[in-house]
Amino acid sequence: MLLIHCPYCEEMREEEEFSPAGQAHIVRPLDPEVLSDEEWARYLFFRKNPRGLHHEMWLHTHGCRKYFNVTRNTVTYQIMESYKMGQQPSVTASEKGQS
Amino acid sequence: MQQYSGFGLLTHSLTYHENWQRVWNNPIPKKHYDVVIIGGGGHGLATAYYLAKEHGITNIAVVEKGYLGGGNTARNTTIVRSNYLWDEASHLYEHSLKLWEGLAQELNYNLMFSQRGVLNLGHTLQDMRDIERRVNANRLNGIDSEVLTTAQVQEMVPILDCSKGARYPVMGASWQARAGTARHDAVAWGFARAANNLGVDLLQQTEVTDIRVKDGAVVGVETNRGFISAGKVACVAAGNSGVLAKMVGMDLPLESYPLQAMVSEPLKPILDTVVMSNHVHGYVSQSDKGDLVIGAGIDGYLGYGQRGSFNVVEHTIAAIIEMFPIFSRVRLNRAWGGIVDTCPDACPIISKTHIKGLYFNCGWGTGGFKATPGAGHVFAHTIAHDDPHPLAKPFNIDRFTSGQLIDEHGAAGVAH
Ligand SMILES: Cc1cc2nc3c(=O)[nH]c(=O)nc-3n(C[C@H](O)[C@H](O)[C@H](O)COP(=O)(O)OP(=O)(O)OC[C@H]3O[C@@H](n4cnc5c(N)ncnc54)[C@H](O)[C@@H]3O)c2cc1C
Ligand SMILES: [Zn+2]
Repeated sequence: MLLIHCPYCEEMREEEEFSPAGQAHIVRPLDPEVLSDEEWARYLFFRKNPRGLHHEMWLHTHGCRKYFNVTRNTVTYQIMESYKMGQQPSVTASEKGQS
Repeated sequence: MQQYSGFGLLTHSLTYHENWQRVWNNPIPKKHYDVVIIGGGGHGLATAYYLAKEHGITNIAVVEKGYLGGGNTARNTTIVRSNYLWDEASHLYEHSLKLWEGLAQELNYNLMFSQRGVLNLGHTLQDMRDIERRVNANRLNGIDSEVLTTAQVQEMVPILDCSKGARYPVMGASWQARAGTARHDAVAWGFARAANNLGVDLLQQTEVTDIRVKDGAVVGVETNRGFISAGKVACVAAGNSGVLAKMVGMDLPLESYPLQAMVSEPLKPILDTVVMSNHVHGYVSQSDKGDLVIGAGIDGYLGYGQRGSFNVVEHTIAAIIEMFPIFSRVRLNRAWGGIVDTCPDACPIISKTHIKGLYFNCGWGTGGFKATPGAGHVFAHTIAHDDPHPLAKPFNIDRFTSGQLIDEHGAAGVAH
């Protein structure tokens, strides 16, 4: 069971109060009309899926009902930080070489 | 290779079973192989076996970072069925089911393949409409499939709560009589033994740390036991497929999630078929040893830790007790997790890549055990001919760009 800090409620709560909502910081295409099939595929179907640090969205379903971001290690499940929507993570990893 | 038989069992008992031959060798890696298969799970071992048997390629290594069949092959709930909705998927799974039906004889290995049938329960009108549609699609594809009424389900499984007062009443089910279960480990071991007998090297405790590519073609793999040169490299690493793809700078449309299962203490025979429910999300069968084998859902967030959330276990148990109140005081023995590689359309990827000589078989997610012989068979063909087997063609990685997804996600009900 994870303990997750909601940056809006400013409280540590149990995982069951939250719903995971996938990879964070995915930018919607600004000009969808000009996207190639490859770019559409990337946007729709390709996710980072790292073995290591991952920035992901969570929804505080049974709390404030707000989305926020979490940086979590996908191997140890340790949560490094949580931060509000629109903010950038302070803990990051290089793309390659983490396991 | 020593043949197994009832008579052999008898004669070996005279020497207290101390003289059985080793089942496979533990060789030192050669410098070069025609094909290196990364991942010694059921799929990787089946691929090696069919490459050697049907395509005459025997200079093969299966490279496994742990022990053979210790990944998802050892962790699944062993359900084998082929009643998928879409033509592409049902053809592939049916191909596999047909191979299962003769596999124990072919491998001379007791796979404990038991065609005890699988029930997929419907709890709502929409469930029943979906079930009818899927059963009709199955029949058009020549797959045995039936719609059962509540009364028929009750007769088949007397301990299932089919009362009208249930929170999620059972309104009927789909039934595939040829479906069932098999011994997970035995499949890996049977393929390993048969492949080894045809000259395949099984390299355990050997982890691939990098895949080497030169001028757009694969040249070999870097391992903790040194560099191994290879004409072709086939990746069959389930939950870790994305990690292998990153080694060559490739992305796969996969996400890796923990999926959990658990077994109870052994009980007297009480359940002689497989019962699955998508709606309350739980499924259960009873192994020959007597334990109830119970499968849960995946965690909602990525994980490589081979363990899942406790609340998922709680929800699953609640679902099982809802269906089978009689199990409420059964004690659980063990629970565990495996890392499943899920695809956006809940169908696998069996594909060549833009790198010459590099192939992927992955994305089986929560339901690839049933496909072990079939996937190995069509993947071996794809590797040997450098051209996809007709049954594998629709599962090309290009489908995510072309939009030709095979959307089994909502279609097949429980995806195991
Ligand atoms: C809890 C659970 C229940 C399931 N229930 C069912 C079910 O009822 N029916 C069904 O059909 N399917 C089920 N599945 C899915 C099924 O288990 C898998 O789809 C199938 O076993 C995949 O087989 P595989 O050989 O591809 O993978 P695995 O058996 O996982 O083999 C992959 C191997 O690759 C190795 N590997 C990874 N990276 C490297 C590396 N860098 N170097 C060397 N080796 C490496 C791993 O150690 C592993 O042994 C379930 C899965 C789980 C986890
Ligand atoms: Zn909150």
